Amino acid sequence: MKFEVTSSPHIRGKNHTQRIMLDVILALIPALAVGVWHFGMRAFAVTVVSIGAALAAEWVCGLVLYHRSTIKDLSAVVTGLLLALTLPVTVPYWTAAVGSIFAVLVVKGFCGGLGKNIFNPALAGRAFLVLLWPVYLVRYAEAGVKLSVTDSIADAVTSATPLHHMQMPALPEESLADMFFGNIAGSIGEVCTLALLAGGIYLIWRGVISIRIPAAYLGTVAVLTLVFSKGDQAFAWMLYNLFGGGVVLGAFFMATDYASSPVTPKGQILYGAGCGILTVIFRYFGLFPEGVTYAILLMNACVWAIDSWTAPRRFGTKKGKAL
Amino acid sequence: MKSLFFGGIHPADRKELSANTELVSMMNPKQVTIPMLQHIGNPCNPLVAVGDHVKKGQKIGDGEGLCVPVHASVSGKVIAIEPRRHPSGRDILSVVIENDFQDEADTSMTAHKDYSALSNDEIIDIIRAAGIVGMGGATFATNIKAMSSMQKVDTLIANACECEPYITSDDMLLRTRTEQVLEGMRIICQLIRPERVVLAVEANKKRAIEILKKELKDDRQIELLVLPTRYPQGAEKQLIQTVTGREIAPGQLPASEACAVFNVATFAFTYRAVCLGQPVVERIVTVSGEAVKNPGNFVSRIGTSFEELVEAAGGLKENTWKVISGGPMMGFAQEDLSASTIKGTSSILCLTQEQNGEAKEETVCIRCGACVKVCPMNLQPLYLYAYEKKEKIEELNRMNLMDCIECGCCAYTCPAKLPLVERFRNGKRLIREANK
Repeated sequence: MKFEVTSSPHIRGKNHTQRIMLDVILALIPALAVGVWHFGMRAFAVTVVSIGAALAAEWVCGLVLYHRSTIKDLSAVVTGLLLALTLPVTVPYWTAAVGSIFAVLVVKGFCGGLGKNIFNPALAGRAFLVLLWPVYLVRYAEAGVKLSVTDSIADAVTSATPLHHMQMPALPEESLADMFFGNIAGSIGEVCTLALLAGGIYLIWRGVISIRIPAAYLGTVAVLTLVFSKGDQAFAWMLYNLFGGGVVLGAFFMATDYASSPVTPKGQILYGAGCGILTVIFRYFGLFPEGVTYAILLMNACVWAIDSWTAPRRFGTKKGKAL
Repeated sequence: MKSLFFGGIHPADRKELSANTELVSMMNPKQVTIPMLQHIGNPCNPLVAVGDHVKKGQKIGDGEGLCVPVHASVSGKVIAIEPRRHPSGRDILSVVIENDFQDEADTSMTAHKDYSALSNDEIIDIIRAAGIVGMGGATFATNIKAMSSMQKVDTLIANACECEPYITSDDMLLRTRTEQVLEGMRIICQLIRPERVVLAVEANKKRAIEILKKELKDDRQIELLVLPTRYPQGAEKQLIQTVTGREIAPGQLPASEACAVFNVATFAFTYRAVCLGQPVVERIVTVSGEAVKNPGNFVSRIGTSFEELVEAAGGLKENTWKVISGGPMMGFAQEDLSASTIKGTSSILCLTQEQNGEAKEETVCIRCGACVKVCPMNLQPLYLYAYEKKEKIEELNRMNLMDCIECGCCAYTCPAKLPLVERFRNGKRLIREANK
């Protein structure tokens, strides 16, 4: 009888790439469900188009760039889904497809594929769309419009998001409860803080992400908006800043993207805090009311440096003391 | 206990497979194959010739430098001296003895019931003459470790962590030969005179802990330390870190931080050598795993073939995938069952593919950072893997690849199922070649 001879270790844990991606997809389902509930089946259709385009792009990448099929790792599904959740329900279907293809083919594929991309593919895809077709990306439907798959998007009732009010600056008309449960205008997947928190907690419980990045990110936004609040209701201002826009989606699902975030514990905290600072700066001083996309993309570019600065201390050396 | 070591993993320990059966006493094989290299260092030269009659316990090989002698484990006739398969996978010069089943004992070693009268040099000589090495698997010469620890060590640690899954041979030793372990510790204490003596055992060995607590109730010297079960708690550097809070600097030995760590079986053999005048001719071997029919622990003579031990455990099941000498995290995979046990063989494991998570296919590194979280040496395996792939020796050095203890935590936890340890061994080889 001959046996398999390979290197130790001879036992492996149960964790697997595909399972991690599946967990992320599962964690996003509540946010997607709320989006479909508020904005109608069109939200679902946009998501399907985005995922489909991402998968098609992944298939092409496998054929042309990687020379092996990578469809099964589900990472393209995650990218397509995340991109869709950052889009308003009123975007033309082809926009979602173009964004997804750009994300998977250019941002990820051209960098060498899964794990090699410098920037978060979904956010870079979104940034690309904002650059080329800004008009589609700011046309937010009101919560409860319930567009069907074939409804004309030109007729959709659009509305200012709470962040638009806050740019005045003024506290939005929506109640904090509406903000928390997602009964507001916004992108498909960003409106319901509750659903996003549920997904985020699921990912932390499953060990897919650590709490460091989201906690540092949201904590920094909270502290900065509390200290530098606009208006006399500092605490409410802080909560509106946390529940409004894409900061919760970004903190739990975008900033935690493995490939484009640091791997060292200290680095993750630094990176999360950096995302928070930039988000507040962009929201306070930027032309757009929202700053999450560019805050995270900018921090993505710093990851290699952050990982180098925060490398764990070598075993057997005292802190700061060279051998 | 200061602070626990950083990182580590908690795999299912599967010790229940072999821990609950009675210790099967001394197997008596028809022939034994005794390799001349059962320790780190220079191989022994055979001291016998084909056709010679040898007694059990007779010295049959010895050498110069970093080398300890080996002994016949049966009485009988030398039938071959030739290279035979070694658990490490190589072919090593071995003395093959045909058993005459007389167990005629060699009496060249003297028993010293009262070791307190012995001088340090005498004890060191006895340890060497008995062929004692690190019995946990490291197989470093015990006489040299003990000698270099004298007057330098304030903390002596007996390692009974047995943190590798499946293995229960030290557990069984603690339960069945408790007094031998404790007396062996006292002998080494007399030698190196430490201030603190710790017997470190992982919490999953409940029965052994109960027995030790009873035995050590009135003992003022030996401190029983029950540690949480976490792999690689029994790795030397991590154990010292847990027990004393000290970190051994890169490239240094435990003595540099005034520590000495010996496996518990090493103590038991020290006792037998000094007090009973017995060299190392047998040890407890765990035969376990899902692919073996009746897992258990066996007192087996050094040089017993793996095939015979596996047969004693009821034989293999059809779905056997790998056979390992040592633990599932750091042991050697065997091509077949032709190797024979050596002093450091704590277990033979027969694994099936299903239970071991390898069925999933390899993907690329997704930078999840799980390897960084579990590395007890504070390394960043994902970067080491990337640099090894590109053979960037300078970067591998900068990121301290040579610190890697090959514990396998990173590869165990990697969701991409990357062969990290295998690549790191290759990376170390590249560094060594570049340094030449």
